[in-house]
Formats: sequence, structure tokens, C-alpha cells
Amino acid sequence: MTALRIGYYPGCSLTGTSRDFGESTRVVAEALDIDLAEIPEWNCCGSSPAHMIDHVMSVALPVNVLLKAKKAGLAEVMSPCSACYSRLVMGKHEVETSPAAKAQVEKVLACPSGALDGLPKVLNVIELLARISDRIPPKVTRKFDQTVACYYGCLMVRPPKVTGFDRTEDPVEMDKLVALVGGKTIDWSFKTECCGASFSISRTSVVGRLGAKILQDAVKRKAEAVIVACPMCHSNLDLRRGEINKRLEKPADIPVLFITQVIGLALGIPEKKLGLHRHFVRVKFPTKTAPTQAVP
Amino acid sequence: MARVGVFICHCGENIAGTVDVGAVAKAALDMPGVVHAVEYKYMCSDPGQTLLKDAIRDKKLDRVVVAACSPRMHEPTFRRTTEEAGINPFLCEMANLREHCSWVHEKAPPTTKKAIDLVRLQVEKVKRDRPLNPIRVPITKKALVLGGGIAGIQAALDIANAGSPVLLVEKSPSIGGHMSQLSETFPTLDCSQCILTPRMVEVARHPNITLYTYSELEKLDGFIGNFKATIRRKARKIDEKLCNGCGVCQQKCPVKKIPDEFNEGLSNRPAIFVPFPQAVPNKPVIDVANCTYYKTGKCRACEKLCPTKAIRFDQEDQIEVHDIGAVVLATGFRTMPTSNFSEYGYGKYKDVIDGMKFERLASASGPTGGAIKRPSDGKEPRHVVFIACAGSRDRLKGVPYCSKICCMYTAKHAMLYQHKVHGGQATVFYMDVRAAGKNYDEFVRRAIEEDGVKYVRGRVSRVYEDDGQLVVKGVDTLLGAEPVEIRADMVVLATAVQAQHDAEELAQRLHVSYDPYKFFAEAHPKLRPVETNTAGIFLAGACQAPRDIPETVAQASGAAVKVAGLFSQPELTREPIIAVVDRQPPPVFSSCVGCFLCKSACPYQAIEEEPIKNRNGDVLKVVAKVNPGLCQGCGTCVSTCRTKAIDLQGFSNEQVFAELMCI
Repeated sequence: MTALRIGYYPGCSLTGTSRDFGESTRVVAEALDIDLAEIPEWNCCGSSPAHMIDHVMSVALPVNVLLKAKKAGLAEVMSPCSACYSRLVMGKHEVETSPAAKAQVEKVLACPSGALDGLPKVLNVIELLARISDRIPPKVTRKFDQTVACYYGCLMVRPPKVTGFDRTEDPVEMDKLVALVGGKTIDWSFKTECCGASFSISRTSVVGRLGAKILQDAVKRKAEAVIVACPMCHSNLDLRRGEINKRLEKPADIPVLFITQVIGLALGIPEKKLGLHRHFVRVKFPTKTAPTQAVP
Repeated sequence: MARVGVFICHCGENIAGTVDVGAVAKAALDMPGVVHAVEYKYMCSDPGQTLLKDAIRDKKLDRVVVAACSPRMHEPTFRRTTEEAGINPFLCEMANLREHCSWVHEKAPPTTKKAIDLVRLQVEKVKRDRPLNPIRVPITKKALVLGGGIAGIQAALDIANAGSPVLLVEKSPSIGGHMSQLSETFPTLDCSQCILTPRMVEVARHPNITLYTYSELEKLDGFIGNFKATIRRKARKIDEKLCNGCGVCQQKCPVKKIPDEFNEGLSNRPAIFVPFPQAVPNKPVIDVANCTYYKTGKCRACEKLCPTKAIRFDQEDQIEVHDIGAVVLATGFRTMPTSNFSEYGYGKYKDVIDGMKFERLASASGPTGGAIKRPSDGKEPRHVVFIACAGSRDRLKGVPYCSKICCMYTAKHAMLYQHKVHGGQATVFYMDVRAAGKNYDEFVRRAIEEDGVKYVRGRVSRVYEDDGQLVVKGVDTLLGAEPVEIRADMVVLATAVQAQHDAEELAQRLHVSYDPYKFFAEAHPKLRPVETNTAGIFLAGACQAPRDIPETVAQASGAAVKVAGLFSQPELTREPIIAVVDRQPPPVFSSCVGCFLCKSACPYQAIEEEPIKNRNGDVLKVVAKVNPGLCQGCGTCVSTCRTKAIDLQGFSNEQVFAELMCI
């Protein structure tokens, strides 16, 4: 198996509030022979702070990241964080479809014309794992024998003409990955509902209200965990659990895991290396009546 | 030496605004052969045509070039004028200074230079024109109407009443189409079947109408007035003459569980069936795919019990060829399936239905006898949500156009629901209410004001199931974009109207143009709405665009008038722009060597083999011959001919080369 070399953009979350996502992404990549080449001197992706205030900056910042990746000779860039992924694809889309935006960004970044041609392709973590999905089953040492709810959030699939990823209203790629490591996924209605995103900071009540609906449906449909691929979704469902539980009749103790952590568990990577101990809601699954056999 | 007159039209500002028409007239006078050149504001006007006629007489012109608009607009006008002045009409040519020059260029000297070149081309061509005479072809005065919905029924009846025979071909076992499935019709709430079935019976009884149900058009050859239609009459497996429609076979058929197409799958039917009680003809068909006999070789229950011995298991499809003079396409529409809507459950929730299903639920002849019962458990829904524009006006995931009929039928559905379910609540989510039509807006207001239907302006983002109830999440944009969540028992989607699945393939087979959404294209969006670009083929109903019943009927009658008008002429006159094969005196007879490359190249099967015989009847040579009735003047054979034995009248090689050489 040849190692797949791919540009890696962790963004701010993966080194801060979502260290566990970063850690699990790295160890899983290593186990699957993916060489994550971190983009040298990467900068902010331009999410909420920039794109709420200055449109040009919200395009120039992610394009600058891709420009650095291009200079480092990377043809593709993977960004696990959904917000970073969204900014990177949107920035690339903007300069590739609007000559006016391209000219503006060239001016802001003081780069010669033509420098923005052939920017690297941007992938999210699901896309990357789906591409090398044939490498996963042979390495599974411990079947992930849980019933879970895959929660995609808003940014990974939208806007469909820009991301071109999965089915907008009812995505299934993450469900396929979970099935690949032996898990079952529920058919539920909140796969792409809003988690409240950055209201986590300014209006926690909104996050509590929206998160309660999401967890309520997942629990009702007998999910044992919620699987996410976005730091914002994770912190809103995990860190803000107190706020959510205030709005639930019965407090929810359902854990929230990153998809990389799920794959990591199945590959037999120790929990600590996957950062499971960093969660606010303890990661534990109901004990099964009959112990399951390890996959040979 | 030819005496050519050049007439330059200003077309108001259309040409004169960009082209220096005076300079064009001056330049034309210097062209060899031109003895007269003038400009005028509107050449197509009466004074303009008089000016042309006077010039022909006074200046003794024998050829004319009119430099004006596209020949598609006014060539007939000017040719008639020249003919009136005593010159063969084919000695008049048009230079297209408008579409080919002034409209597409800016006002500048090169534009005028191009206009002069365009005139020079036509001067060179007209000098080499030969007098031609129109070709006269007979008309077969029999129409083919394709599709037996309300559009086809109306068109067939109108043509038949005008006195011409009609062949009405319908692919399903009965005529009636979508209209026969509807419960009531807007804006009067009269029962659809009550107004449709008399027409269906009239079709069946009309002496001028031959009805072919369960039949399809396989092929259409020929041209206006002289089509040859190949029709496949699918085997019903029934001797229609013997069958008296008693219905015993349907009762006794052991297969019972086939989803009934007429009831949109809400009930089941046997393998031998009549689609609905008022079907025309009231003769069953055997559904071969589901019949036990065809699957296992056993059963034949219907055959044993048929009192008139009408079952014919060995019956096969029949192919018939008919001579036809005109065709009316009335093939109708389909609606977008509910499985297209991921946000509304991908069609996996039984109680999320489309409008056609609701029609069947509300219809007295439907599976519930007209009682509104939801499909999942047969309970009466206490709250029904109607979602308008499901797929329509949705550039991203649906179709960008408005499906036109949904606003009205949704109002009708909601109204019928309120009438039938007392104490129930109908809520309609809408973008805009488009109720333009006679008594249409009044109808919608009645639904809201008298029947208490709740109208919420906003879109529905999601429908999902929670504890066996549907939850509809939407937004009320008139309440300051407030999110709305409704727990409903049934949801009805007003799904977009789309072209039939096989519309594109049919259009290609008939050489009819179609739009990006596979609706058949009219020849002109305003002035020729029922004609196609193919002469002799006309359009009626929703195969052209989404239409409601009144519009469909009006258009069908319009198409019928076009057909009747065509049939009222004793014969058709066609332009003599056709290919001719060289003929010479013996012993050469023709420069054609009989390779017949032209025959395989001809898209219209217009080239025949003609044996040249001596007095004793011995064949001396076989050469190509063009059938003037079939030739469309495309010129493909001319470019294929190795010995240059074929030429195109009116566009001869000599003329085309002269045009090219002069610029």
C-alpha cells in the first residue's frame, strides 16, 4: 500500500477546543497510511470573524491558505473542520467563477495574475476516508458494534453546487463509513439540522433549544451515540450539554464522537490517543447482552 | 444582360439606425447588372410594394433583390409582389440586412460595408436565377391525433366535426388521460368525469373517428399532407368484437394484487382489467407481465369463464401503416415523483402523497369512495398540509418554471378536504398564489374566506415522522420569518409538471423541436402557438407546457382549426427548391453514373433508382431520380455526388460559387 500524501489544514479548532478531533485525525491517518502534510505557515480560514464582516477577507484568507498549499506542491488539501472546509471550498469557488473576485483577491494578496490558477482541490475528512475506504476493513480489529446517529450539520453538504458532496438533504457518506467498521446507523430526521453554530458563544439558549431537538430525536430512535465531523457540532452537543439538558424531560447522556474517533476505535487505537478522555459527556456505550466477536 | 433592381429597406430604425442605407444604394448601382437601386422606409408596406412594382414596369427590370429582413419574414411578400408585376417569383432574392447585419453589429463603417457585401452576394445570385414553378402535391385528408387525454379528445372531435377522418391513437387501454382521474375541477367544482365521459363516448361513436387504444406510433415518414404513420396495436389478448364488457374475467382473475395505475397505486387490480368503469372502449386487456398464464403456463381462468369466448392468449401485436395528412401531438405530461424530494422523506412516508393521489382519494370513483382517508392506516386525517411548488420554481433541485396548475388544484384540494372532513384543518404553504384566470382568484379567496383553509406564505424545509405523525417544519415569512412547526396527519405535495419520459425520444423520431425541459416547442411563442417547426405537425395541451383544462381545450381546438384549414385546400403548393439529377440526350442520358451514394446520404428517402430503357424495354442505364414530393432541398446529395450530376434548384453550385467569388 502506498502512502497517500495530502495537504492538511487543521485550522484553529483542531489545535484548541477540538484537540481530540485533531489527535484522532492524525492517528487514524497514520494507521491508514495517509501522509498528512501540514500546510506551512497556514493562516485563519476566514470563518465567522471574517465572513460576517468583510466579504473580501473571507475569500482572500482561505485562498491564501490554498496558495501556500500550492506553493508547497500539494494538489489536494483536507480540512477536517467543517467551517474551514466550507471557507476553503467557497474561496476557491469564488476566485474560479468570478473574475472580479479573483482580481480583488490578487490585489489583497499582492500576487501576480495567474498565481491563483490551479489551486489545490479541497476535501473534507469524510470525502478522504470514503476515497480510501478499501483500506479500512482489513485493519479493523474491534468491530464498532453500536447503533449510532450520523449528524452531518449544515456546512459539509451546502451549498450543493459548490461542495458537490453527497446528497444535500439526506447525506449518507458518513453512514457508509460507520457501516464499514461494523456499526449500525439510524434513519432519522435531523442529519443536517442547525446546531446553533457560533451562537454557542453569544446566545447559548439558542444552542440549547436546537441541540435538545437533535438529541431528543437521536435518543428516541435508539441511537447510542451521535457521530459528527465538525468541531462546532461537537462542542454544541457536548460542551453545551448542560444547556441542552435543561430543555429535555430526561437528561441525555448520549456521547458525541468524531467519525475519526469511531474509525480509530475500530482500528484498535487506544482511547487516550483518540482523545476520548477530553469529552465533557463521558464516552460509554450500553453493555451488550451478548459479547460480540472481534472481527478476525 | 440582366436588368437587376435593388430595393433597400430602412425597416424604420432597425436597419437605417446602424447601416448607411444611402451608401448601400449608391454602391449597388455600381454592381454589374444593377440598373436601379433605391431605399425606402418600409419596403413591406403597401407604398413600398407599389414602389417595387412601379420600378419593375418603368425601369424594365427582370430580376429583383430586396435588401431588408430575414427571408423567413417577408420573402413570400416580395415574391408575390414580383409575381404581380409579371416576373417569375423565384427571380426575387432577399439580402438579410437586419438579422445578419444591423441587429448584430454596431453603427460603424464596417457594418455598412458588410451590408453592401450582402447585397452584392444576392445580386450575383439573382443574375443566375432561373424561373421556377411551385410544386403541387396532393393532401391526404386524414389526421392522426396522438394521445387520448382531453387535448387529443377535443382535437379529434373538432377535426372530425369539420368533416375529416381522424385516427386517434392512445397508448393506454382507455382514452381519458389525467382528466379522467381527477375528482372535481376548478374553479367550478364540477365533477371531472361527468364532463369528460360524454366526450369520450362521442369519440367512440363518431363516424369520422377511428379509435386505436393500447396502441403506439412506431414511425412517422413523409411530410406535410403525405405522412405515413406506422402504428403498433399492442395485443390486448382479447377479441374486441366478441367481448361484451361483462367483467366476469376481472372478477375471476386469481391475481389481485397489482397496484392500480388509475388509482395511483392506492388500490389493486387483477391481471386482466379495464382501467376504470367508464373506460372507452370498455374492453379489458391482459397485463402480460403479471398474468399467471404467461408466467407459469397455467391458469387460463378468464378463458374458461368468458361467456363469449373472447380471450385470445395467442394474439400478437399488429403493425398497421396509415396515410396521414396532418398530426396533432397531444401526449400530455407527468408529475415529478415524490421520491425526488429528500427533504420531504424521499417518498418513504406513506402519508406524504402527491396531488394525483389526493385526486383519487377525493374522487367518488376512487378507492375510498371519495372519503378522505390517509394511505398508511385508513384513518381520517384531522390536519392536512399542502405544499405548493414542490419542485417547481426550484432552480437548484427541481425545475425553474412555474407548473401553473398547482396553485389552483391545491386550493381545490384544500377546499374539498374542508368540505369532506368537518372540523379538519387544511394548511397550504405557498410561495405566491398564481391564480390568473377567469374566476380563479375568486376561487382561491373562497377557499380561504369561506372554507377556512389556512394559507401560510413560506417554504417547508423538512417533513419527518415522529411517533407516527408527520412533522412539517416551515417558515411563515409574513410573520417576520417565524419558524412554523405543524404536526400533520397527511401531507400533499403539489409536484412539478414535467414532460413525459419518452417525450425527447418521440420528438426526435418525429423531427419536432423541444425545449430544455423536453416540452415540445411551438413554432413561435406568441404567433404560432399550436404549430411546430415541422410543417403538418401541431401541438395540443400539456405536451407543450404545463396547462390546465380550459387552456388545453382551447389549444386543442386551435390545433384542430389548423388541421381543418390545411385539409380545406385542394392541394399543397411547395417551394421548388429541390434537387434535380442531370438529364441529357442519348447516348449519355445523364452524367449520373449510378453509384447511388446520394441514395444512402439522403435523410428523406427522396432518391429513387430510375432505369433508362430503349424502345425494346432493355435497360440501358440506371440513374438517380429525385422524388419532388419527398425532397426537402437540404442539398446533402449535391455535395455527395461524385460526378456533379445533382444540383439544387434555386441554390445551384454555379450560384453559390458566384456568391463566394464576389467578396
